Amino acid sequence: MMPYFSKTRVDRDRHPVPPFLRGWVLPVVLVLLWWLAAHLHWSDSPLLVPPGKVWDTALQQVASGELVRALAASLRRDLIGLVIGVSAGLMFGIAFGLSRLFEKMIGPTFHTLKQISLFAWIPLLSVWFGLGDAAKVAFLSLAAFFPVVLNTFEGIRSVPGELIEAARVLKLTRRQWLTKLVLPAAAPSILAGIHLALVYAWLATLGAEYLLVSGQGIGNTMIDGRELFLMDLVIFGVIVVGLVGFALNWLAARIERRLLAWRGRSVAQF
Amino acid sequence: MAQAGTLEIQHLSKSYAVKQGELAVLEDVTLHIAPGEFVSIVGTSGCGKSTLLRLIVGLEDQYQGQVLLDGQRIVGTSLQRGIVFQEHRLFPWLTVEGNIELGLLNAPGSPAQKREAVREHIALVGLQGFEKSYPHQLSGGMAQRVAIARALVSKPEILLLDEPFGALDAMTRAYLQQELHRVWQAERITMILVTHDVEEAVYLGDKVVVMEPRPGRVRRIVPVELAHPRARGEADFAAVKQKVLDEFSHDSASLAEAPLKADSGTSPQLPAALWQFAI
Repeated sequence: MMPYFSKTRVDRDRHPVPPFLRGWVLPVVLVLLWWLAAHLHWSDSPLLVPPGKVWDTALQQVASGELVRALAASLRRDLIGLVIGVSAGLMFGIAFGLSRLFEKMIGPTFHTLKQISLFAWIPLLSVWFGLGDAAKVAFLSLAAFFPVVLNTFEGIRSVPGELIEAARVLKLTRRQWLTKLVLPAAAPSILAGIHLALVYAWLATLGAEYLLVSGQGIGNTMIDGRELFLMDLVIFGVIVVGLVGFALNWLAARIERRLLAWRGRSVAQF
Repeated sequence: MAQAGTLEIQHLSKSYAVKQGELAVLEDVTLHIAPGEFVSIVGTSGCGKSTLLRLIVGLEDQYQGQVLLDGQRIVGTSLQRGIVFQEHRLFPWLTVEGNIELGLLNAPGSPAQKREAVREHIALVGLQGFEKSYPHQLSGGMAQRVAIARALVSKPEILLLDEPFGALDAMTRAYLQQELHRVWQAERITMILVTHDVEEAVYLGDKVVVMEPRPGRVRRIVPVELAHPRARGEADFAAVKQKVLDEFSHDSASLAEAPLKADSGTSPQLPAALWQFAI
């Protein structure tokens, strides 16, 4: 009997970097290059700050509580906008998916509005809501709204016809049909839509802080850094934003994996 | 024990409107099915056998003629008429238990009674130990057994099977035919099986209804008067099987009697070699 699979396993064990750490190789290499560039003065620009300085700024921001205040403000807006955008999106998407009448009446307007670039809404929003938190949350809600509607609609319309027939034979009531067939069948698409909403909403949080400048937040921290030419503050802000985005994405992926365990490894078969 | 239903199909005709006019899918089908009987329906593709089943279960409407279950005209779908399709059509997000429970969602009974019925039917199809498995973890044969349990759990009067084993390999098919036979003997409800496999039809059925296409109509009803369990290798089994296969040869000389409906002049005479496609 040939040991058919053993060769592969041996190769994997011999690899220098274990799977857990492989994602860190590139960032570490980039930071090393950055440190080298600053240390060896590859550029004379005042914009090239060494990693050490960014680290010091980071410590100072954390110690003074600045980071926590800024991040809390941004995340609070993000969360409120997400809740509004996702729930409105779900309701809209479900209505769209279930009612042909609704689709025919509201559809053309919706599809036109969704084509408008998100940032084009800013002037309108600032006139309606001012420059404060309300406008920012409105902007965020919009960013979360559209992907949820589209994916929810797609999910509901993609329920396999074969299962709908099975439900007819089993005499499922309207309510059972919704809760036991349509929503679970649409769940993968709906969760994909919410995942996208999470990503877009965080991007929009930053965008809102840049374009509607008043108030506090991590984006405002970066703007202050830019205006005072504190590149270390800017880079620190960028890193924090990236880490939060990464964390949100990871969270969404974990939730999706848990809720959709019934799919197994391949696409569901009916 | 579920009560077996009497099915009367009287002069059933169905046609679809297509661009060129009307396509007749079924023409004047008349069948009487006694309670507790197992009826096999064989025919080539396009003879309307699946349409016939869908009309009986209530997934299609708009037909001429009558379909009566226990003397009552059927209207729409009902838990009294169960069906097993060629695909298992299980809900992927429910376990085996959850899928079978679906059959009882709108049936009368207390939750305890329903739990017991589900347990009973899992045992009936031989899937003890797999209650908490999801469809993606089951083989094709196992998933089809769950579909059979789901259709039977509400104790219907009649079970319809539309080429239930067509998507499975030959060994699993033979095994599941035996299982279906055992289930039928245990439940004793009326069963109608549609298949293109003549051997399956003769193995399982009390009578074999041979259908021919364009338009779909009953060509002949061949009674199978063999004792259970049937031995596929025996001479009398082969004789009945041959009798059914002869119906597909379209060669009047080899038939002992004329078909129930004379061939209309417009359908072309097909060569004798075409019968082999009946299997």
